[in-house]
This record gives sequence, C-alpha cells and structure tokens, in this order.
Amino acid sequence: MTSVSKTPFKAVVLRVAAVASMALATAGVAHAHRAWMLPSTFTLSGEEQYVTVDGAVSNDLFFPNHVPMRLDNVKVTAPDGSVAAIENPSTGKFRSVFDLHLTQQGTYRLSDSGAGYFATWTENGKPQRRRGSLEDFKAAGLVGKPGVEIRQNIRRVETYVTLGAPTMKAFEPTGKGLELQPVTHPNDVYVGEAVTFKLLANGKPAQNIEVDIVRGEDRYRDEAGVIKVKTGADGSFSFTLDQAGRYWMSSSSRVSTKVEGVPMEGSLSYTGTFEALAP
Amino acid sequence: MRSVVFVAGLGLVAAPAWADGLTVEFELPKMSVAEYHRPYVAIWISRPDNTAAATLSVLYSQKGGPEGEGETWLKDIRQWWRRAGRSMTMPADGVSGPTKPPGDHKLVYEGAGDPLKALPPGDYVLNIEAAREVGGREVVSVPFKWDGASGGVFEGKGESELGSVKVTLSP
Repeated sequence: MTSVSKTPFKAVVLRVAAVASMALATAGVAHAHRAWMLPSTFTLSGEEQYVTVDGAVSNDLFFPNHVPMRLDNVKVTAPDGSVAAIENPSTGKFRSVFDLHLTQQGTYRLSDSGAGYFATWTENGKPQRRRGSLEDFKAAGLVGKPGVEIRQNIRRVETYVTLGAPTMKAFEPTGKGLELQPVTHPNDVYVGEAVTFKLLANGKPAQNIEVDIVRGEDRYRDEAGVIKVKTGADGSFSFTLDQAGRYWMSSSSRVSTKVEGVPMEGSLSYTGTFEALAP
Repeated sequence: MRSVVFVAGLGLVAAPAWADGLTVEFELPKMSVAEYHRPYVAIWISRPDNTAAATLSVLYSQKGGPEGEGETWLKDIRQWWRRAGRSMTMPADGVSGPTKPPGDHKLVYEGAGDPLKALPPGDYVLNIEAAREVGGREVVSVPFKWDGASGGVFEGKGESELGSVKVTLSP
C-alpha cells in the first residue's frame, strides 16, 4: 500500500495520542457504576395501582449488568407522608425487584439511602483507613483522637411515582444528605419545556455543585451525551430535554458537618431517575 | 351530551339545524391491524397557554373489558391526562362515555352540557386526543374564536389515529 498522506509523522503521532487519551476518557465515563431505581411506570391513573421496581448498580442505563441494589434500606414515602411497605422483594444476581401497591392518589418517593463513616489517620508513619459506624470508631478510640479525620458518606438513590395528580408532601426533606426538591415536579417533565429542580445538602441549598443528566439506553449510542448543569445559590438547576425517555441524574457534594458533636466532612451523593414525555 | 352515529351524506347539512351549543364531529379511521382495540378519546377545550378550560368527553372502557381496564389506561391519553384528567374524578357525569368504533362520529353538547355558556369570550383550542392500545396516539388541535355570540365552523385533520375533525359553534 502506498501512503499518499502528506501529514508529517510527528503530527500523526500527536493525533493518535490525542485519540487514545480521548478513548480512555470516554471509557472512564462509560464504565462508571451508576446506581438506579426504575419503576415500571412513572405516571398512573385509576383508583389504585401496582408498580414493579428494579434496583441495580450498572454501567449502562438501565441495563442491570453489575450488582443488584440492596433492598435493606429502601424506604417508600406515600403521598400523605407515611411510610408504605414494599412487596415481593427479591435480589438476584444483577438486580433487585420489588412491588409497590399505590393506594393513595399523589406522589410516592422511593428512596434507598444510608450513611457510613470513613476514618483516615497515620500510625507509625503508615496511612491507616477504616470503614464503619460512628459507634465502632468511638469504641476504637478514633473519635476526637488528634490526627484522625472522619468522613460521613450519605448516599441517596431515588425515584418518584405518581398515581393521579402530582403532590409534594413526600418531598419533605429529612435534612440528611443530598435531597431533591421539585420546582418542576419530576413526574411532570416534558420535552422542550424547561425543568427546574433544587438540591438540598443536609437541609441547606446545595450551592454550585455539578449535576449530570443522562438519558437511558446509552448502550446504543457511542456518546452518553451527559448533560452537565450547575446549581445556583439557591441550590436550583435547570435544563431542557429534547428527547423523550427515561433519565438518570446524579450529583455529589462535600460539606462541613457535625455528627453527635463531632466535626467532620460530609460526602453526600444523590441519584434520581425520572421520565420525560413528549408533550 | 348527545351521541349520534354520523351517517355519511345525511348528517352534514342537518348539523347546525338542531345543535344548539357546540358540536364536535370526528372520524376514527379504520385500521387494518392484527390486533385492534378502540381508541380511548378525550375531547377538551384549552386556553392559548394550554391550561384546560373544560373537558367535554372522555370515551373509555369504564369497566374492565376487552377494550382495556378502564381508568388504568387514562394516563395514556397523555396530553389530556396532564392538562385536565389527573385533576378530575372519573367517571365524570356527562363526560365519561363508552369507546366508539371506527367511523364518523358526532357529539353534541347542548343545554346544561353546552360548554360555551360558561366560556368567557376569547381564543380557545378544541383538542381531541386518541390513544389506542397496542397502537398509536394523536392529538388534533382546532383553534377557535369565541366572541360570546357568533357561531362558526372550525376544522382540523389528523394523520393517523384521527381523521377529519369539525367543530361547530351554534350558540
């Protein structure tokens, strides 16, 4: 084969290097583990209904291909603010499944959340790390010990389901972790219409943090097409979608916090799924 | 609401003569598909900002049956559900009705069911939305002007789930 390229050799090398690093960067995004809960239907009509919900941590949205979501900490808040029980929970190799009986008109908030603690310190010149509960750390004498840094991790994975007209009571914040406050109701998202949500970090506006929004079925396109937006001073962020589908949004925030009087860094994460309908 | 199966060639001329109120004529196209279910249909009047002024009719299976399990599928009349349905209690008197077969149909809203009586003069849109199980969905929007007194004929046309739509105001 005769090369007719006039491109200098060095430029080719540089270009190859650039492509390779892009490929690496893309691979990094593509292999991110994403936690999600996905209801069979987001918006329902009638007096009472059932939804079945999948929960998983996967690479692709919404294909369960990594590990199932654990159901131990799933909590469902009913439209009246009470806790609704899940039915038929099951955890398989790649996903967990449960049913939810919708008996009230309005919006249900389905939440998998939990807090964990992480301690780092140096002992005899060697970095040490430990995961556990604050009680464990207290028992081990780590709390208040000079040189020991404790971090609180609060994760939250949510979705929202509405029978009848959307309501707001289920969104009453707990003040713990990153929480979504609708300006636009998440079951009221339509293509071509501006959507505004607000994030609270431990009950206060989560200012100036990045939110990633990704449409599902990313497995069938080369680029995930992540929409990146930032929250403002009031914790709100806005975007307009141009395609109907099921979406995943994710954000994280670092805050200074105090747990049982112990000052520490809080690492908060939020993930939510919602659907956008054609108008 | 009076429901009349429209017979081609007979009803057209007669319409304004006895319809004292608002008349909606619409066509449900005949589909040649393996599995056919009659569409669920909603007819409502909206303002220019898309808010609903009145729901005139919702045609659906009110009891579980071959055409679907009634209210479960109302949300699939997607735009009506968002704009009006989800805030209504169904079934609603004078609004809920049974599904209709393919063909030409005429719905007459007169007397107490005449929406024009409560409608302040202004610009409106008559929307008709059809959603069919294992089928498609379509909305036909027919803008009309209501000055509080004058009649008029306004027309629209669907492409898939709905055929021609004709709205007659005869106050």
